[in-house]
This record gives sequence, C-alpha cells and structure tokens, in this order.
Amino acid sequence: MSLINSTATEALDLLAKGQITSVALTSAYLQRIADTDDQIGAFLRVDADAALARAAQIDQRRQAKQPLGKLAGLPVAVKDVLCDSQTQTTCGSQMLASYRPPYDATVVARLKSADAVLLGRTNMDEFAMGGSTENSAFQLTRNPWDLNRTPGGSSGGAAACVAAGMTPLSIGSDTGGSIRQPAGLCGVVGLKPTYGRVSRYGLVAFASSLDQVGPLAANTTDAALLLEAIAGHDTQDATSLDAPVPRFSAEIDRPLTGLRIGVVREHFTTGLDGEIEHAVRRALDVYQSQGATIKEISLPHSKYAVATYYVIAPSEASSNLARYDGVHYGHRTDRAELLDELATEQKELESAGDREALKNIDNGLVRMYRRSRAEGFGPEVKRRIMLGAYALSAGYYDAYYLKGLKVRRLIRQDFDAAFQQVDLIAGPVTAQAAFKLGEMAGDPLAMYLVDLYTVSANLAGLPGISLPCGFTQSGLPIGLQLQAPPLAEDTLLRGARMYEQATEWHKKKVPI
Amino acid sequence: MAITRADVEKVALLARLQLTDGELKMMTTDLSQIVTYVDLLAEVDTEGVEPMAHAVEVSNVFAEDEVRPSLPREQALANAPGRNERGYLVPPVLGG
Repeated sequence: MSLINSTATEALDLLAKGQITSVALTSAYLQRIADTDDQIGAFLRVDADAALARAAQIDQRRQAKQPLGKLAGLPVAVKDVLCDSQTQTTCGSQMLASYRPPYDATVVARLKSADAVLLGRTNMDEFAMGGSTENSAFQLTRNPWDLNRTPGGSSGGAAACVAAGMTPLSIGSDTGGSIRQPAGLCGVVGLKPTYGRVSRYGLVAFASSLDQVGPLAANTTDAALLLEAIAGHDTQDATSLDAPVPRFSAEIDRPLTGLRIGVVREHFTTGLDGEIEHAVRRALDVYQSQGATIKEISLPHSKYAVATYYVIAPSEASSNLARYDGVHYGHRTDRAELLDELATEQKELESAGDREALKNIDNGLVRMYRRSRAEGFGPEVKRRIMLGAYALSAGYYDAYYLKGLKVRRLIRQDFDAAFQQVDLIAGPVTAQAAFKLGEMAGDPLAMYLVDLYTVSANLAGLPGISLPCGFTQSGLPIGLQLQAPPLAEDTLLRGARMYEQATEWHKKKVPI
Repeated sequence: MAITRADVEKVALLARLQLTDGELKMMTTDLSQIVTYVDLLAEVDTEGVEPMAHAVEVSNVFAEDEVRPSLPREQALANAPGRNERGYLVPPVLGG
C-alpha cells in the first residue's frame, strides 16, 4: 500500500512506531503533487526542499528520542492567507505578490511547534473573496473529480489538494463558507470552528468579525487532530476565546446518545438540487437508524443571511483593505507614470479652463494610493471594497451597515432558540454540486447566492462542518453540513464521525 | 436601489480606487444589482434590536502593561516599495 493511502491518524501512528519515516511520507506526497498538480493547480508554491529538510530533522529528533510535537512528521498544506516568515504570503493577489511577512501567524507557529511538515501554499480566491478560486490572480484550480469544474472557494486549493491525495492535512479559512463549501464540492471534510476558537493573528484580514481558520482533511478524525493543534487561546488576538481545547480526536469515536438533530425547514425550499436534497435526506435516515431524533425547526431569518453577509463582510473588507496603500508593503504604481498622468491631466484641464475639476484633482499621494490599488486588486476585490465603502458612506450607514448588524442579531437569536431544542443542525452545504469553471463569471450576485447555507454560521459565530454524503449521477461529491452551538466542536465532530462510521463516501478516491 | 455613475465615482474616491471608464460602467451595474438585492433587509422589523458587531461579544480584554520589543525598523521597512534607511518614501503631496 502506498504511504499516501493512510489517513493522517494512521500515518502518525506509523511514524511514532518508527515503521515509516517522515522523509518517506513527505516524499510520497511530494511525488503525488509532482504527478497530479499540473492538472489541478491546487498549490501556488511547493517548498519541496524545505519540507524534506524539515522531515529529516524530525526523523533525527525521533531517533534521538527527543520530545516531538503532536503532528510530528505529518505533511500539512497551508492556504496562502496565513503569514509565514519563511515564505511569501500572497493571498492570491498581485497586491501581495512579493510580500514576505516579518512574522509567523499563530496558526503557522503552532503547526511548526507541533512539528508538522509544511509542504507549501495553496491557491485561493484573492483575499479569500469568492466561491470558486477563479478570483486568484495567479492560476485556476480544478476540481479533482471533474477537471472542467471548480473546486469551490475561497479555500479551493486547500480542498482540492486533500481530495487529490496531495496532502493528508490542509489549513483553510472561512469567512462565509470558504472552508465548508470547497470541502463539500471536493468531497472532503472541512471544519469552521467557533469564532474565536482559533487565533486570527497573522491571518490576512478579510472581514474580521467573521474570519476563522480551520482544518480540511480526508476524514473527521484527521480534521479533529489538526484542529487540536491549531486551536486555543492566544493573547495576540483580542477576540480569541480563553476556553480549554478538548482532545477532539480522542473522543471522536464515542457516539452521541440521545442525539437530537434539527432540520431547517427553510433549507429545503426552491433552488435546492434534487440529488442533493435526496442525499441529505438519506443522511438523516442514517442518523435516525442510529437512534437520533430528527426534528424540523425553523430559522425564520435565514432568508436574510446572504443579504446581511454582503453588507457586513464588504464593509469590514473595505476598512481592512484600506491598509494596502502602496506605502508600507505591497504593490506600488510606477512613480514616473503616476507623475506623468497627473501632469497631463492638469494640462488638459487648464486648456479646457475647467477650474472646478482643477481644484479637485488628486494630489500625488492620493493618486499613488488610487493607482496602486487599481493595479494591485482584481475585479471582485474592487467590487467588495466599493460595496463596503458605499454601505458605510454618509447617508447609507443606517440603512445598510447598521441594519445589517441588527439582522445579524436576529439570525443569531434564531440559532440560540433552535439549539434549545436540538444538539446539531443538519442540512446541505450548497444548493448545487460543483459548477463549471467560468459558469458564474459576470454574475457576481449569483456567485454570492452560492453561500446561502454557509454564511449564517459566520454571522452567528457557530462551528460548522462539511462532510461527504454521496455523489451525483455524474460523479460529483455532495456535502452534508452540520452546525453546533458555540464551542461545541466536540459534539460537532462526534456527530459527524457517527455518520462517517456508518458510510463509505469518504473512502472514495478521485479518478486521477 | 439604483446607483448612479456619479455615486460610483464618489465611492471610488472614498475607497481610494482609480477606476477605468469600463470599470465604472460595470461597477454601476453590479453595485445596483447587489444593493437592490440587499434592500431585502428593509422588510425586517428591527425595532429595538441591538446591533451585533461581533459574534462573540467579549469585552474588556486587557493586556499586561509592560514594555516589549516591537518589530525592528529594518524588518518593518523590508517590504516597503519606497524607503530610505529610516522611513517610508512617498511621492510629493504638495506642488505636484
């Protein structure tokens, strides 16, 4: 059996027993990347030399019986959104194409101190804005199940590399579904933790009140293992929760007794694909056969979730992305061209005698900001910055941003009421299976509506997981989403594992 | 709500973005479409509802008031597109 067919948990055991080395394991995954990633495009950069050197060092320390971290020798891929002082961090943007962070994100530091072997950086929608990874400034990523289709996004590279067996473990980030949706479309497990469970220090900010870092893996136990390594309080992030981190992976095989699962009435209205509905309902039957009670519940404000999200997330983004000004780091426009452009404009306005326009012409610094940002950002990022700046601007703040914050509370209250009656909420991850590359191009609103089932968890700060629950007739993966109350990742993972133990979907391998 | 090209130009200045003619056109269409969708929120009764700015409403997180080293200047300047040995350089602000 090839090394890459073991789960991360199995590989960790083999490493601990000295039956395999990290160098052998890492080499096997690097080989798989070399064999398949030119077709898929999951990685922006693979750091083979550094990974092998690190693996060799861990093997040596193991031989010398030195203490090792909890992921010792296991390869992990990292979404290109987390700062790492030893490599570039581009966030899928020309703006940060040559950015070298001066420090490690807490998640990266924890992976390093857990003795993980960092394989490289995975592709993503620019600044994590998108649901198909097509907004990356650098390359397309293809769905390993069908190369004409998207892997989802924004953590499309993170999900595709796990699906294709290029890494056992992968780190993503989720602001409105960016871990769960690609996990669903690629047939892997992806978990968005409770807001505050994992530190955001060193995570390139998109929408700070919604962003969370989380694990992707081929199965729930491996996802639990990775979550344990990255979760926990961090004084560098003021929104980090000071709560103990249970040993999720040790408890995960213990089934939940008396489990009550909520099914949201509003999730099964028009727009949900029939094959997906069927697979999700079959999953509920599995739970029922395991003794769980299925209860229909209502989240009356769920129809407003996407609208709320597309007010709040762009507003926070427009503020967060104001830092890219061409001064401190990131792309800056060419100085000579900038001064030339301004001089030409000035001359034109002078000869036209347009005094008003002359008075309002940008000064050199403002024009430098504007040109640098125009050149550095792609269309979707510009769209969201504009949308956010609009929602926050004088005259619209109350109608949009403030209104959005109020509806956000109502959405959270719906969940609080629901979790009085049930332990977990189950439903689809997306209304459709993986769509074709280019299918949504030119229709931003349609693309936003893909987030229908996932954004609520971010708005409410809840943990959610996506796991495989079937395939369409044409062979595309279907995801089941479970959601739990804040900090109930243990219930979420044990509930997900119950289903996984009763089914084989997660064992199906991609055709490549 | 319909958004005009003038609205988009104003917001582009606020957002410090320079948009081409084509982008202004596209942005006017896209933003109008998205904002019209978002107007759905108007029908929600939010009378007396406290705005929720954060999912976890933690308050008063204090750090110890102690002196710690900050990022060394050389590292802070390492990614700067324009710099000298002490600081960031920008184009002239006054007098072109």
